[in-house]
Amino acid sequence: MHPTDTSHPDYFHKVVDCQWACPAHTDVPEYIRLIAQGRFTDAYMVNRQSNVFPGILGRVCDRPCEPACRRGRVEKKPVAICRLKRVAADYRDDVTSLLPKIPRLKNGKHIACIGAGCASLTVANDLMPLGYEVTIFEQYAEPGGLMRTNIPAFRLPQQVLGDEIGMILDMGVDLKLNHPIQSLRALLKDDRYDAVFIGSGAPQGKELSLPGRSEGAANIHIGIAWLGAVAFGHLDKIGERVLIIGVGNTAMDCCRTSLRLGAQRVKVMARKPRSFFKASAWELEDAEEEHVEIVVNRVPKSFVVANGRLAGMLFDKMEYDIDADGRITAERVVSEEFEAADDVILAIGQENAFPWIERDLGIEFDQWNVPLVDLKTFQSTQPGIFFGGDAAFGPKNIIWAVEQAHQAAISVHKHCQGEPISERLGPGMNLQSRKMGMHEWSYANDYTPFERRLMPHVSLKERFKKLDIEVELGFTAEQVAAEAQRCLNCDVQTVFDAKLCIECDACIDICPVDCLTITANGEEAELRTRLKAPALNTAQALYVSRALPQTGRVMVKDEDVCVHCGLCAERCPTAAWDMQKSYVHWPLAVDEARAAIEREPKIA
Amino acid sequence: MTFIAKPKIAHPSLPRNPLGMTRRDYEGALSTLCAGCGHDSITAAVVEACWELAIEPQNLVKLSGIGCSSKTTAYFVNGAHGFNSVHGRMPSIAMGANAANRNLHYIGVSGDGDTLSIGLGQFCHAIRRNLNMLYIIENNGVYGLTKGQFSASADVGSKAKKGETNFQPPIDAVLLALTLGASFVARSFSGDKEQLVPLIQAGLKHKGFALIDVLSPCVTFNDHEGSTKSYAYTREHYEPAIHTDFVPLQQAITAEYAAGATLPVVLHDGSRIVLRKLDASYDPTDRAACAATIQERLKEEEYLTGLLFFEPGQPEFHDLNGTPEGALNAVPYEALSPGSAGMQKILARYR
Ligand SMILES: Cc1cc2nc3c(=O)[nH]c(=O)nc-3n(C[C@H](O)[C@H](O)[C@H](O)COP(=O)(O)OP(=O)(O)OC[C@H]3O[C@@H](n4cnc5c(N)ncnc54)[C@H](O)[C@@H]3O)c2cc1C
Ligand SMILES: Cc1ncc(C[n+]2csc(CCOP(=O)(O)OP(=O)(O)O)c2C)c(N)n1
Ligand code: SF4
Ligand code: SF4
Ligand code: SF4
Ligand SMILES: [Mg+2]
Repeated sequence: MHPTDTSHPDYFHKVVDCQWACPAHTDVPEYIRLIAQGRFTDAYMVNRQSNVFPGILGRVCDRPCEPACRRGRVEKKPVAICRLKRVAADYRDDVTSLLPKIPRLKNGKHIACIGAGCASLTVANDLMPLGYEVTIFEQYAEPGGLMRTNIPAFRLPQQVLGDEIGMILDMGVDLKLNHPIQSLRALLKDDRYDAVFIGSGAPQGKELSLPGRSEGAANIHIGIAWLGAVAFGHLDKIGERVLIIGVGNTAMDCCRTSLRLGAQRVKVMARKPRSFFKASAWELEDAEEEHVEIVVNRVPKSFVVANGRLAGMLFDKMEYDIDADGRITAERVVSEEFEAADDVILAIGQENAFPWIERDLGIEFDQWNVPLVDLKTFQSTQPGIFFGGDAAFGPKNIIWAVEQAHQAAISVHKHCQGEPISERLGPGMNLQSRKMGMHEWSYANDYTPFERRLMPHVSLKERFKKLDIEVELGFTAEQVAAEAQRCLNCDVQTVFDAKLCIECDACIDICPVDCLTITANGEEAELRTRLKAPALNTAQALYVSRALPQTGRVMVKDEDVCVHCGLCAERCPTAAWDMQKSYVHWPLAVDEARAAIEREPKIA
Repeated sequence: MTFIAKPKIAHPSLPRNPLGMTRRDYEGALSTLCAGCGHDSITAAVVEACWELAIEPQNLVKLSGIGCSSKTTAYFVNGAHGFNSVHGRMPSIAMGANAANRNLHYIGVSGDGDTLSIGLGQFCHAIRRNLNMLYIIENNGVYGLTKGQFSASADVGSKAKKGETNFQPPIDAVLLALTLGASFVARSFSGDKEQLVPLIQAGLKHKGFALIDVLSPCVTFNDHEGSTKSYAYTREHYEPAIHTDFVPLQQAITAEYAAGATLPVVLHDGSRIVLRKLDASYDPTDRAACAATIQERLKEEEYLTGLLFFEPGQPEFHDLNGTPEGALNAVPYEALSPGSAGMQKILARYR
């Protein structure tokens, strides 16, 4: 193998599994260390920099970071990264003075954002500090998008939502509520806007056209619309027996909301076995804790209507053959089954829909009526018109919407400044040694063998009394202290200087997880088998040094389960290993603005 | 050294031996030696060897004298028996323990000072008696523990850290052992575990006294330019003459071994030591020729390494003295006590 090029920012970034998995590249280990030190406000700001909504995301993020967390490879469970984010938000002080300053003198550019969801709000958050004037048009009476209308208050309290949206609106955003955009042509016509960002989400719930659908319509609801109606207080009850069709995250919110509106028996009907469920494991867990029954292998056949009212549904009961890789190889119907129900909620997916975008504005759509959007710049086929969030590539989640909006904001900025939007700053990386003395490091490098802390919940008796009782209580101080120490500090990198190594093997012998080997170089696949512990996880990199001075062999490190304990660096007599904190710099619009200033010719 | 103990977590794909134990289960206490000390690498090699041999910790006895090297018995196989004797007196303790229980594995760890300076006499007699033990000298040319004075293995012309030169000729443990009739004489280097681990395994399985003189740089007091026991100097001047493989009982000998210039030796328990000549002219079974070649090459500043001399099948201490088959604590009471009639007979011999 060639010597590893650690000067490319991606190398060390990938080692920080959580940060690499986070669409917005949140510096997770940094904020967890700050929490461990009780510096909640600083921890909050580290988060806000990347993900804009720490209090919201600390409760409802899809948390791709957790399945990626290294701790999950060393032990069973990852660090509770998401709920520690909530800790930062819960215990922070007022951050007003720490928020970006908004220039009083504007730059003369005016941006229109459509929809006041997290995507548009992020665009405003990134552009307001640069002097842009941003107007957001929202069809409803309140901002927040699906975070307000669909994510139930028992998971995300209104006040948390209001606080974090407020931080952005208070930058001086011109928010126009109750203002649906019915024609993009009309909006573009008055020529006031230098760029338009479309963050209108994917507001259309999927329909299930089966016999009986129209006859039973009064008691058949589309999940996201129904949740919206509940959130706005238009609906406050439901029948005793409720069936939810679909088993994604929307279904989980529908079943749990039904229980709070008086349903006595809620069943979630899934087509396929559990391994095919779309809902996150923790959402399923939370629903089942509330005694929701999840019924597998039921394919809906028809709605049954009796005496002019919905009586239930007919299902085909299925059987599947599944191969070793978990794929379905054959399926058959074994019987037919009737499920009685007073109400049915359809939660089988959502789509974006753009009836208000005229098709002759230069914005091209594909055969499924999805706009053609550039994956990197988020520009449509019409220069100056950008998409982001669920509107761009269909429904995802908040953290993806935020990152897409960060990228779109860069494009909007470059477009307005007349710079080519596809020439963007690349990522950067800084390394800083954590060595303080012979055996002293400025991070807690000792491995803490605690198990993941369990989130305390409001009792099953209490939580249904009102619609907006937040179920999760948040970690106690003791839990915070323990959970924060579970983080392995993956951002404190093992940095190797081959020319200093005397090949004494001290690091090899001390490494608790047998990550290190000094051996003759070879091809990667073969080298992986020759290490002190075979490197079976090919998703994780091998670090290979230059030839070592004394024997010409190489130092190889399998990054897979390194616990960043720093023992290699402590043991090394020549400091060939050092522990250095990596700062990943993922450019935002503000960095593009700064870079442009630096590019300007300097007058002596 | 480190202040943080090596945590108990381990690599999930770490292999297990037939006892179901991983390498980590053969570790000992946290080492207090200097970071980078060769002795720590030897400890790691002992751990690896014992793990691979699947030695039950309670069947291992660790013995040592005084010195940094002698401290290392604390750093491997926590569950084994151990005795840390006074300076240079480890062989007598080993002698006593071995006399009492011949069924255990004995591993003595000593330094060049502990063995060749204060303990030279004890060392010689252990060889003479062909005590069944593995004797490892962790040889760094200095008294590490007392801050780097030249030991009896320091080479003429070697420079101390502060610049003094050594003028007294060294005692070479390998040559000495050859002249005393040792049946297993090896030299190795702490920085070459591929060579050292099989040697340790073979030494543990050899019946009789097995000596491994391991060059083991002292990073703190003897790793500078001008030293003849530094990492850099050792790497430049060490020359594997014989490649040794240890083949445990369960494993079949491969075709590669069967052919040519190899010498498979079957041990008492059916496992094998396979010697492969790297230097065609070197014969590890001819004692006088070995001594001559080793000495010649030392003059050319070259350390020949590997299992340099091997003569299996020599009677060990227990064979020579006709001791009971098992451990003394297992000798039945009837055999130990002659009874009053028997006692009378014995006493009669002295009347
Ligand atoms: C039930 C449910 C639960 C979810 N739970 C989670 C969760 O726990 N965690 C998570 O990360 N994600 C969750 N999501 C997904 C997440 O809510 C979305 O991915 C995210 O809100 C997308 O943000 P956005 O800004 O792109 O769009 P949206 O939040 O949909 O915002 C779009 C806004 O645009 C407005 N709008 C639309 N058209 C117009 C128009 N023509 N004129 C004016 N305004 C318009 C809408 O009213 C809305 O306010 C959930 C989604 C659903 C449906
Ligand atoms: C009877 C006695 N004399 C002297 C000493 C002092 N002393 C302690 S260790 C040592 C030398 C150890 O040298 P070596 O065996 O080479 O071990 P190293 O530290 O180099 O590994 C000496 C002389 C002692 N402890 N006991
Ligand atoms: S920091 Fe060093 S010693 Fe610790 S696990 Fe990683 S490679 Fe091993
Ligand atoms: S401890 Fe340092 S000098 Fe020794 S092998 Fe490791 S990197 Fe090289
Ligand atoms: S003083 Fe020398 S021999 Fe002793 S531990 Fe330190 S490096 Fe090793
Ligand atoms: Mg010594």
